[in-house]
Amino acid sequence: MGSVIEKRLELRAPISRVWRAITDHREFGEWFKVKLDGSFIPGQVSRGQITYPGYEHVTWEARIEKMEPERLFSFTWPYAQSFEKTDKPTDYSHAPRTLVEFRLEPIPGGTLLILTESGFDSIPADWRPEAFRRNDGGWTEQMKNIESHVTQNP
Amino acid sequence: MSRKIRKRIAAKPKVKARVFAALGDKTRLSIVARLCSGQPASISQLADDSKLTRQAITKHLGVLERAGIVRSSQAGRERIFQFERAPIESLQQYLASVSKQWDQTLARLKSHVEK
Repeated sequence: MGSVIEKRLELRAPISRVWRAITDHREFGEWFKVKLDGSFIPGQVSRGQITYPGYEHVTWEARIEKMEPERLFSFTWPYAQSFEKTDKPTDYSHAPRTLVEFRLEPIPGGTLLILTESGFDSIPADWRPEAFRRNDGGWTEQMKNIESHVTQNP
Repeated sequence: MSRKIRKRIAAKPKVKARVFAALGDKTRLSIVARLCSGQPASISQLADDSKLTRQAITKHLGVLERAGIVRSSQAGRERIFQFERAPIESLQQYLASVSKQWDQTLARLKSHVEK
């Protein structure tokens, strides 16, 4: 794995509250903006419909990997080539996938959430949206960002 | 060479440009850091700048060239390597957009659990 996105967030809420917010499919759907068909079960595929304004036509699909109470919740999801509107539901069967992990740690006054998304190196360049392929932004000032992304997981 | 590789990356779905994989190595990152100043370098110049052998440098340059991150040209008896901006810039923009989406999503989670 050559790259990881990592986010650390301190939440002023007990770990049990955060665990429920990320693993109860109705609560997850509220903040993630997705209407899910059913509960999260490890090893099973979760499906639903995005409710985020402008993306209501997008199907959500993820395979739940791990649910270790109040410690780790993870799933893999397919990488969508584009979110443009089509008549057919999105076909994710051949899409490359990335791994999303939510790790929880108790801290004084609340919970530390560490979110990582990894596995981007399985995404072929030609799967990335056109918008990301053409650009003429400066490279040098971005080097530090890239380096921190790729060295987090050499 | 580079044009051919870029064409292959753009045209054939089965050819995966493993730019991330190519960069997930400290030695290759240091070669990229050396070349991204814009100054081309030969294998011996790159070897002189590091503790690595020419063979090791050649191997790493091969990985970078296949990912389209560097391109080479023959100058007399030497092969000169040059940094190619496009693949890394597109990657960086892609990661930045995913990262930004997570910022927004997690901000919603935060207000959800703290309310």
